[in-house]
Amino acid sequence: MTAPTAIPARRLPAPAMKTRAARAGRRAGMTLYFILLLLPLYWMIAMSLQSNADIVGTFHWFPEELTLENYRTILTDRTWYSGYLNSLQYTTINTALSLLVALPAAYGFSRYSFVGDNHLFFWLLTNRMAPPAVFLLPMFQLYQNVGLFDTPWAVALAHTLFNVPLAVWILEGFMSGVPRSIDETAAIDGFSFPRFFIRIFLPLIKSGVGVAAFFCFMFSWVELLFARTLTSVNAKPIAATMTRTVSAAGMDWGVLTAAGSLTLVPGALVIWFVRRHIARGFALGRV
Amino acid sequence: MAEIALRGITHRYDGEGDAALNNIDLVWENGGAYALLGPSGCGKTTMLNLISGLLTPTQGIVAFDGVDVSGLPPTERNIAQVFQFPVLYESMTVEQNLRFPLRNRGMSKPDAQRRAEEICDLLELSELRRRRSKGLSADAKQLVSLGRALVRTDVAAILFDEPLTVIDPQKKWGLRQALKRVHQELGHTLVYVTHDQTEALTFADEVVVMNAGEVVQKASPDVLFERPAHRFVGTFIGSPGMNFLPASRDGSIVSVADIDLLDVGDAAIPDGDSELVAGIRPEFVTVHPASAPGRLPATVKRRQDLGTIYQLELSVSGERVIAKVAERPALAGSECFVEFDPGHLMLFHGDRAVDGVTPRHRGAGGAAPR
Amino acid sequence: MSAQLKPRDNRGWLFVLPVVCTIAFTAIVPLLMVVNFSVQDIFGINRVWVGAEWFIDVLQDRSIRDSFWRNIAFSVQVLAVQIPLGILLGLGMPKKGVMASVSLVLMALPLLIPHNVVGTIWQIFGRGDIGLGGHVLNETLGITYNYAQDGLDAWLTVLVMDTWHWAPLVALLVYAGLQSIPDDYYKAAAIDGARRFAVFRYIELPRLQAVLTIALLLRFMDSFMIYTEPFVLTGGGPGTTTNFLSISLSKIAVGQFDLGRGAAFSLLYFFLIQVFCFVFFQLMKRRQ
Repeated sequence: MTAPTAIPARRLPAPAMKTRAARAGRRAGMTLYFILLLLPLYWMIAMSLQSNADIVGTFHWFPEELTLENYRTILTDRTWYSGYLNSLQYTTINTALSLLVALPAAYGFSRYSFVGDNHLFFWLLTNRMAPPAVFLLPMFQLYQNVGLFDTPWAVALAHTLFNVPLAVWILEGFMSGVPRSIDETAAIDGFSFPRFFIRIFLPLIKSGVGVAAFFCFMFSWVELLFARTLTSVNAKPIAATMTRTVSAAGMDWGVLTAAGSLTLVPGALVIWFVRRHIARGFALGRV
Repeated sequence: MAEIALRGITHRYDGEGDAALNNIDLVWENGGAYALLGPSGCGKTTMLNLISGLLTPTQGIVAFDGVDVSGLPPTERNIAQVFQFPVLYESMTVEQNLRFPLRNRGMSKPDAQRRAEEICDLLELSELRRRRSKGLSADAKQLVSLGRALVRTDVAAILFDEPLTVIDPQKKWGLRQALKRVHQELGHTLVYVTHDQTEALTFADEVVVMNAGEVVQKASPDVLFERPAHRFVGTFIGSPGMNFLPASRDGSIVSVADIDLLDVGDAAIPDGDSELVAGIRPEFVTVHPASAPGRLPATVKRRQDLGTIYQLELSVSGERVIAKVAERPALAGSECFVEFDPGHLMLFHGDRAVDGVTPRHRGAGGAAPR
Repeated sequence: MSAQLKPRDNRGWLFVLPVVCTIAFTAIVPLLMVVNFSVQDIFGINRVWVGAEWFIDVLQDRSIRDSFWRNIAFSVQVLAVQIPLGILLGLGMPKKGVMASVSLVLMALPLLIPHNVVGTIWQIFGRGDIGLGGHVLNETLGITYNYAQDGLDAWLTVLVMDTWHWAPLVALLVYAGLQSIPDDYYKAAAIDGARRFAVFRYIELPRLQAVLTIALLLRFMDSFMIYTEPFVLTGGGPGTTTNFLSISLSKIAVGQFDLGRGAAFSLLYFFLIQVFCFVFFQLMKRRQ
């Protein structure tokens, strides 16, 4: 074999220029995407700050006269702001409920092997994939029969259909990352199971709980079908209220867009607070 | 082959804070096998990345054969690197992995294939040549990583960043043999970073010992063992490390526990003997039942029969001294006398060894094998 | 589930019991009701057993079959657009620094908008008279665009809306997957002289397989079951151009209160989804 000859290092024009161009191109592309992403949102928010007359009048790129009248209408009219409260209510109940049942289930899947466990897990995941349209009518009748119709409990329970499987899946992933020796040590140290679970185990998977809670909140907050079908007056979510903006004077665009803009707030807040964990969450602790 | 020189290198991550490397001047000669040894965080990986071009120094120059390459990226530098965890293109077969660096540099496929086969033979990977690299064992994967480094004909130096960390202990020896074989056949400059002194001392012609961002000593393994230039080298190298005892100076005579041991002659030592420390490796401490000139009284605290070596933990005027002797000394009770082999007794002022000291006594000899 | 050595202990059933009960109430009971409806003809308080008639009726129904193919076409287009776009976006997002947080929040924003609001946003945006998008297309660019009247315009608007809404999911999954790639791989590629595309093809893509499979599954399923957004935007129109399966079903079951027919439709729809699911899971398992 011939001995390799050394090629002395040449001083070349810095190839860093090539990567600098690539980096600028990437940044330009992402900036363009974010602008396109924000355009429809900007438009809705801009509209919410105008009066209906201005909206249907001549077209403006930017709103000329700003007004907070639409927001005032929503925040003072009970039928409007109760919509938000109702939505928040069933979302919170659902998140708590989903986590409550998912935690022990995830623990069972993670720590034990039992008859039918794989099939059960698969069956759970298929519920995430169930088309909501299929369940509308029977759920409508079912919740009427048990007297939960038009309460936040109805929607919260209905949403567990797809949130519980997801929560189990996420939590199981995080739990499997905790070595079983911790359970065994706790048992040897004399911890009762509830105390072990709450005091020792939960803190170890708290980011997993956070991620599961985030996704439960997200999917419950955005869902419309069940929320609208299972409620009528008392528990009506904001989505249903938004459909009633047509009046004799025509479409109340201002109020409609103001209502829509306000629905962005909880979502934006939640993302902001969990932003550091979002990446971890989407990796679901297992990817 | 290249001579790699680091001149005046200081490097800070993120431009501020403590320097990872502090004013380093170092030359790696053509074709040598070097180890970079030091504890975690001493800066050895930083130095490696500066040589390979993955980092640009905040201050100072990296030069290959006299040419400043500090701003050049890795692809322009004719170096190859093997990482701690095997880094492979897992969707490719072994020979595809080996062809990859060559194809990127424009070599034709038949030439690249021939070269890949040569290296497979050298590393005894020929049976695995067509296998998907994903399913291989850790040591085979590291061999493939090594192969990717060797396959390029323009490589001047190969850098290793703790490459045996994830390898099973039984396989480590085989990999080290492979590296030695490669070095003998191909003659690249090799720089091997490790925190394991056994690896460093058995692999390298010369070892660079680092601590806290500075080069402490650069010497052959023998010299590092017998004549450490720095207290850190005395402690870090050897298992266990060097024993240190406070010493005091009267004129040019240095004594430990009131026994005269060394004469510093003309060596210029500033006043203040609180900084004077005598150092002796456990391998050069002998234990005797009777007194003699140059021997210090000691009490045995613990004995350990380690098979080939007998190790004693002693107290010498309140200081802990470990001795490694060939066989169990004949002692009545735990009172005895220790003798420090005069040829290996060192004096340190502060952290640095003092040159030109001469022993006051000729010893009885009989140091333990290392 | 993770492949750990677990003790065989049927006590595990105790832990999953709450979940089983919950899902039983929320899924199985309604499904049984649907089964019940699907084999009867119900008008008022009268019920007549009709066996498989409804099923045959549904399978032969031309408009339902059209809806089915509509959904298939839609899902294929959705995957063709959103998966590559999501990969590009996931690769393009910064990994460190303040811009990383900002782009994460912006990217995730569409995912947290209630689905009907998404429909409303685009309903307004696309209008020629009061919408920015409609105005730009019609006045500035001179293209005649009206999603309320032109079928192709409506279809494309739904596609763009769905991409706007859901591409971030793929992007975030890819972004998360990229985080798990150790830095050493990129370093080795730099030393090997690999070009950017080679880095993508040999390092990133193999390691993104798991996330991309999940993304594929979720996007296919959700797009196949799409309901709210197109319903708010076009109501299924103009004509039947955006009449997707779920919309069609809800019109029959809830709108026309045709319980038997709606139930048979539901079951067939449900069964179809389960088959798709099963195929996907087998593919995923084979990959592992």
